[in-house]
Amino acid sequence: MAAITSVGETPMAAPAKRPVGMQGRRRRRLNLFRYVVFTVFGLFFLLPLLALARWSLEGAKLGSWSLTAWRQIASYSNEGIPPLISTVEITLELAVITSVVMLVLVVPTMIWIRLRVRWLARTMEFLCLLPLTIPAIVLVVGLGPIYNKIAHLSLSTLMLFWVYVILALPYAYRALAAGLNAIDATTLSEAARSLGASWFSVIVRVIMPNMWDAMLNALLLTSALVLGEFTIAFFLLYFNLQVELYSISRNTPNAGVIFSTSTASLLFAFVLLLILSFARRRRRGIPG
Amino acid sequence: MPFFGYVGLFLLLPTGIVVWDAFKNPTGHFTLSGLTALGNSQVRGFFIGSFKLSLVSALVGAVFGAILAYAVASGNPDGVIRRLYLAASGVLAQFGGVTLAFAFLALIGPAPTGLLFHASWYYSFPWGITVIYAYFQIPLMVLVFLPAIDGLKVQWREASDSLGSSAWQYWRYVGGPLLLPAFLGALLLLFANALSAFATIQAWEDQIPYTVAQQIYTSTSSEVGLANINYADALALGMVVLVAIVMTGYALLQRRAARWLR
Repeated sequence: MAAITSVGETPMAAPAKRPVGMQGRRRRRLNLFRYVVFTVFGLFFLLPLLALARWSLEGAKLGSWSLTAWRQIASYSNEGIPPLISTVEITLELAVITSVVMLVLVVPTMIWIRLRVRWLARTMEFLCLLPLTIPAIVLVVGLGPIYNKIAHLSLSTLMLFWVYVILALPYAYRALAAGLNAIDATTLSEAARSLGASWFSVIVRVIMPNMWDAMLNALLLTSALVLGEFTIAFFLLYFNLQVELYSISRNTPNAGVIFSTSTASLLFAFVLLLILSFARRRRRGIPG
Repeated sequence: MPFFGYVGLFLLLPTGIVVWDAFKNPTGHFTLSGLTALGNSQVRGFFIGSFKLSLVSALVGAVFGAILAYAVASGNPDGVIRRLYLAASGVLAQFGGVTLAFAFLALIGPAPTGLLFHASWYYSFPWGITVIYAYFQIPLMVLVFLPAIDGLKVQWREASDSLGSSAWQYWRYVGGPLLLPAFLGALLLLFANALSAFATIQAWEDQIPYTVAQQIYTSTSSEVGLANINYADALALGMVVLVAIVMTGYALLQRRAARWLR
């Protein structure tokens, strides 16, 4: 399918290298500047993270090393709060559900608007970027009454996905819009329609396969956001991973398990986004 | 379209409820007392606290973030350094929150004898908190400012070189003015971001409320027996107005920046 987009288009030129034409002396000075900056910022950012990792490996005696805190991730529980591992599970499930709902809700709508009702495009963009201007903390105050109604039906933490979709909307929208802009959706759909495809096939079997990268992008960004969300769950008294960690830290100050779980979740999110950067690079490599 | 129904129910309706309820008292009658509460000195203190913290952390984040973004942008676009820094920025900018507060707890040492050093000034407001906020403001700046720096064409630098200008003149008359709208726009975005941040400060210091966000939480949680949802609505409305002003400025500057950013 990707081949379709490349017909009649020249491969994208490699991005121009910045230093071309620069004098050697300036190049050296720039490199010196870059390495100084990378070192200083690297230290600044790594220091607390290394401290986090170090304390996650702290043994019972000060200064000793142990894996206890990491083993506790699977077994930790305390009175009044759900077991830690169950909130890890539910947060991961939330990430999956939110991503899927997001894609099902937004992708067909965006394609439909692009192909058939372009005058709605600006409204859609405005609505999708609106959550950036409405802080989560404001949203949650107004959500209280609505969630009270939902809570009558089900008390599961999974119900948080309704509002997480909204929170992730701006990031997912930007990723998807970039993907959709990169392909010639109109021509593709006209070709498919003239070959007798239904609108459903056009969206699902022609356009969507051409924007897998953008969809993966939106999926990973959404997941990262859900994994780190605290404010809304905290206000609505649901226990997701971050609220659980917060509660543990309040009940048992300096519990090793909060450091190990934090380290693990940061690493997990980092790997997710690193995967994303590789996916991006691959897209650049494919013509079109 | 299910999409519009969904957005209406979970985005527009809650916002509407906030605005609507800000004008009501707990018994459901219309009143402006919620809004007049915004004028009293204690509440003004929270808004000033939020404003100070957001301004300082946005300035710090924008300046240092711009330097880092320039260093990242001037390297190989497919290089390892760029990829690592972007992934790490994504994690820290969006993922920070509670985890970030724990990282700082670990840094200053959770045990009586700290791992590195025990510094109480971390708890001072707004400077100590700003250092912590810098950990998500600088990465956010890198993410939003990088496209602008990538948009600076090598040819512009070459043109100014061949006309005999110095590096200072290039930045003063060419690069600087080109980047300025994008920089100011990013600054406003960072300001709004700090204003709405809640998780980090709550996990770091939940005893003393400094910001509006914390105060909204205090007034909705019934634990303290002071729950007043309409008061929270009024505070939330104040925040919406503030953020709306800031983001309008951001949108205008963004449009200005987009003129040459292609």
